[in-house]
Amino acid sequence: MGPLSFYEIISENTNFLMAFIIGIGFGFVLENSGFSSSRKLAGMFYGYDTTVLKVFFTAAITAMLGMILFGLFGWLDLSVVFVNPTYLWSAIAGGIVMGAGFIMGGFCPGTSFCGAAIGKIDAMVFVGGLFIGVLIFMEGYPLFEKLYNAADLGAPFVYDSLGMSRGLFAFLLVVVALAAFVGAEWAEKKFPRDEY
Amino acid sequence: MEKERSRKYWNPYFGGVMLGLVLLAANFIAGRGLGASGAIKSAVVAGVQTVAPAHTEKAAAYAEYAKGHGSSPLKSWLVFELLGVLVGAFISGAWAGRLKFKVEHSPKITGKRRLIFALLGGIFFGLGSQLGRGCTSGAALSGMAVLSLGGFITMIAIFGTAFALAYFFRKLWI
Repeated sequence: MGPLSFYEIISENTNFLMAFIIGIGFGFVLENSGFSSSRKLAGMFYGYDTTVLKVFFTAAITAMLGMILFGLFGWLDLSVVFVNPTYLWSAIAGGIVMGAGFIMGGFCPGTSFCGAAIGKIDAMVFVGGLFIGVLIFMEGYPLFEKLYNAADLGAPFVYDSLGMSRGLFAFLLVVVALAAFVGAEWAEKKFPRDEY
Repeated sequence: MEKERSRKYWNPYFGGVMLGLVLLAANFIAGRGLGASGAIKSAVVAGVQTVAPAHTEKAAAYAEYAKGHGSSPLKSWLVFELLGVLVGAFISGAWAGRLKFKVEHSPKITGKRRLIFALLGGIFFGLGSQLGRGCTSGAALSGMAVLSLGGFITMIAIFGTAFALAYFFRKLWI
């Protein structure tokens, strides 16, 4: 029964080793899906390459459905799995700042490490920027503290907040994903694609 | 030209299923999702602790971080995971013939301009990931997989903002 680390089926050190192995899988999949290229990632926002949407959305629904099934089969205790807490205003503000960083830099943190690993110098510079950005937050924390801790909603589930059952929300999300994939295929045909 | 030499990328839907399975494995094994910015924070905290130990005892952000974490900030799940990311991406790039030092940019801009905006983008993303308690991996993707409200909000804010600003930065990319 999972999570293996929580039920002490694996030791803390084994868990760190598993983190390394899972990281290898994560990096391999991202790189092999084209996420080490900023031009491919940024293509999402101009419609000429919608790989990001397809990979990201497919991954989210695959993991979500897997979690639900594992929970139903009794393989995974969902009550102890980490659920990100929601601080409403910092979630929105942080997302806006990250979105601006995305369109300027063409990477997000995970993908920039993938780009850096295969020699992309722009990705290495982006990683350098990440360290500066985190340091700015740590040093300027008194400035951000109020926003950071405002509107603490706990760790609510999105389906509860929308007043529907988990199954219905999951079903609707899959429908939305499928519709988005149809739109993405259409956009890639409509907008010219650079060869790079 | 490059496409002829290097192997093609995976089909994106197949890549997405594989990424979803990696994320599922992380939850099954460690009871948590994937991440990236958290490891950077660990490294920043460890670095500042080494350079200015007195400062980290006084400043609120470091004190709060120390309270929530164990002995050494670098001995964390995300740090090991992110080291794995570097190895995994390197293996994939080596296997596909994509290992090469280069500044990738649109032919319409200079490499220097690309690097300036890469640095700026990194700074914004680093700062935003702290405010948002995680980045595209930790907050958005992993949050969506566990159906966290915050995960969906952050995902919409990241992609919505990038779409909204795309017009103003179009010269960088198209």
